[in-house]
Amino acid sequence: MSTHELIFAGLDGDRTWRLEDYVARGGYSALKKIINEKISPEDVIAEVKKSGLRGRGGAGFPTGLKWSFMPRAFPGAKYLACNSDEGEPGTFKDRDILRYNPHSVIEGMTIAAYAMGCERGYNYIHGEIFDVYQRFEEALAEARAAGFLGQNILGTDFGFELFAHHGYGAYICGEETALLESIEGKKGQPRFKPPFPASYGIYGKPTTINNTETFASVPFIINDGGEHFLNLGKPNNGGTKIFSVSGHVGRPGNYEVRLGTPFSELLALAGGVRGGRRLKAVIPGGSSAPVLPADIMMDCTMDYDSISKAGSMLGSGAVIVMDESTCMVKALERLSYFYFEESCGQCTPCREGTGWLYRVVHRIEHGKGRPEDLDLLNSVTANIMGRTICALGDAASMPVQSFVKHFGSEFEYHIEHKQCLVPADVQNEGSKIYVGPTC
Amino acid sequence: MLSQESLARIDVEVAKYPPEQKQSAVMGALRIAQEEKGWLANETIDFVARYLDMAPIAAFEVASFYNMYDIEPVGKHKITVCTNLPCALSGGVHAAEYIKQKLGIDFNETTADGKFTLKEGECMGACGDAPVLLVNNHRMCSWMTPEKIDQMLADLDK
Ligand SMILES: Cc1cc2nc3c(=O)[nH]c(=O)nc-3n(C[C@H](O)[C@H](O)[C@H](O)COP(=O)(O)O)c2cc1C
Ligand code: SF4
Ligand code: FES
Repeated sequence: MSTHELIFAGLDGDRTWRLEDYVARGGYSALKKIINEKISPEDVIAEVKKSGLRGRGGAGFPTGLKWSFMPRAFPGAKYLACNSDEGEPGTFKDRDILRYNPHSVIEGMTIAAYAMGCERGYNYIHGEIFDVYQRFEEALAEARAAGFLGQNILGTDFGFELFAHHGYGAYICGEETALLESIEGKKGQPRFKPPFPASYGIYGKPTTINNTETFASVPFIINDGGEHFLNLGKPNNGGTKIFSVSGHVGRPGNYEVRLGTPFSELLALAGGVRGGRRLKAVIPGGSSAPVLPADIMMDCTMDYDSISKAGSMLGSGAVIVMDESTCMVKALERLSYFYFEESCGQCTPCREGTGWLYRVVHRIEHGKGRPEDLDLLNSVTANIMGRTICALGDAASMPVQSFVKHFGSEFEYHIEHKQCLVPADVQNEGSKIYVGPTC
Repeated sequence: MLSQESLARIDVEVAKYPPEQKQSAVMGALRIAQEEKGWLANETIDFVARYLDMAPIAAFEVASFYNMYDIEPVGKHKITVCTNLPCALSGGVHAAEYIKQKLGIDFNETTADGKFTLKEGECMGACGDAPVLLVNNHRMCSWMTPEKIDQMLADLDK
């Protein structure tokens, strides 16, 4: 049972984020290797394809393939965007990457810009982490001064300008086309696709968007080779992955492990279930991923394919652990409120549907549920899914469907008895303030 | 309408974008304006819009879309507590209840002396540090036990 660290290797909290520390850890050697050995952009993309790296932001799309969609010969500017708008409940890895190892993201983005011919990039940073945004600005200044960013990088004619864009509180801006709108200085409302960002992105120019952790993985792929990275994980699931483990565990926190690590090992790393209570359910990939009951989860390994076979998604790698003190109706009520609150309101099925879902789960939780409510929830989700501009509609529906599917009897009990199966004092004890040994 | 210092900081934001895309700086500019003024009155938003050569309505849309802009007056200190599920499992709701009781206000209310406004927040990307709260948008406080909340309120009250 152990972590396997690439991105987190050799870090010492707030003390080792500066350029000199990064260089001492071997940082910027991948960029230098590309320049010194004159590795072509095509070969960089081929190496990333070989690595089996899949997007760490939620959808798990193969990164090398995404990069190959960018038009080669395009007259005019091409853009690169990093998605650090980490707002998916349960996810807190990008914040740690940015505050403890910001240069890994800068180097990864610079390599990506080289591979795709982008002249400008933006890192879109979540509004609530202002100090992390400020630190990233400092890291950018260090990289510019050292010749790793700007015009004539490392004395060549390759240039890349990178800036930080600070969000200000809107979950939807994590959706990639809402993020583009937000960079343009507009409300963060997702765009219709097609056209896809690779042809029509920031200011209408070809743009590639990747997650923070995706970019931070790139230097390791260039240094050690795509095949080495692939073999750290398992076929089709290359590399290591940072899992944010939250909820009812002894040591909530980020754990970087090989993809394919058994869930039981990850749980043990995070200190096991708190207070000797029994595991009830796990949301394995951020709040939008379907919930799985304990027994199914304990048989999973932590990789895209295993979690998807079990009926959920690896998503952003946010593992929300719930023990037997949890009321599943109340848990779902809070998530449904979140999606209702964060819907951008552009599509009727999402705007109205998320309101319906919240109100129905709310009334079940508050003893006012009706016998037909579970059918109603299922029909509302069926009317949302696949009928919206962006995936937030699906993201709001999947928790509802999976909670009702796996824990339907708890919902029925609520409706019939106007109260919860889990006694109030047990719930209260399970959700009280717990700060763990970390602080 | 805004201080020279704020304008200089806004100019730094503007310089991040191509010259013909000044509007991209509106989020940063509104943040800086809010830091100076405490909240965003219509005339402040208008001023920012004119400074960036954009339609006031477009700037107003931005100010009202993103949760961290205050388009209504708030107390001297705004405290936003995360109660989303991962935090709630580790005491987020209990921490919020404790603050409500101490300040004698509910969410979206301001204390009678105008010192504190309390807000309910969504995931701040720091769920491993629950309970988590934000002070005046920019200072994140982690692992907020009742003792730490007492300390924080006392410090802010000075
Ligand atoms: C509602 C919604 C919220 C999202 N939030 C994030 C986010 O916070 N961070 C992120 O990287 N991707 C997020 N995504 C996924 C992005 O749209 C996009 O797929 C991702 O940034 C691509 O990068 P990757 O291929 O490296 O994962 C979100 C998607 C949706 C529909
Ligand atoms: S699905 Fe919801 S969040 Fe997405 S564009 Fe439509 S209304 Fe907005
Ligand atoms: S749920 Fe509170 S910070 Fe994520």
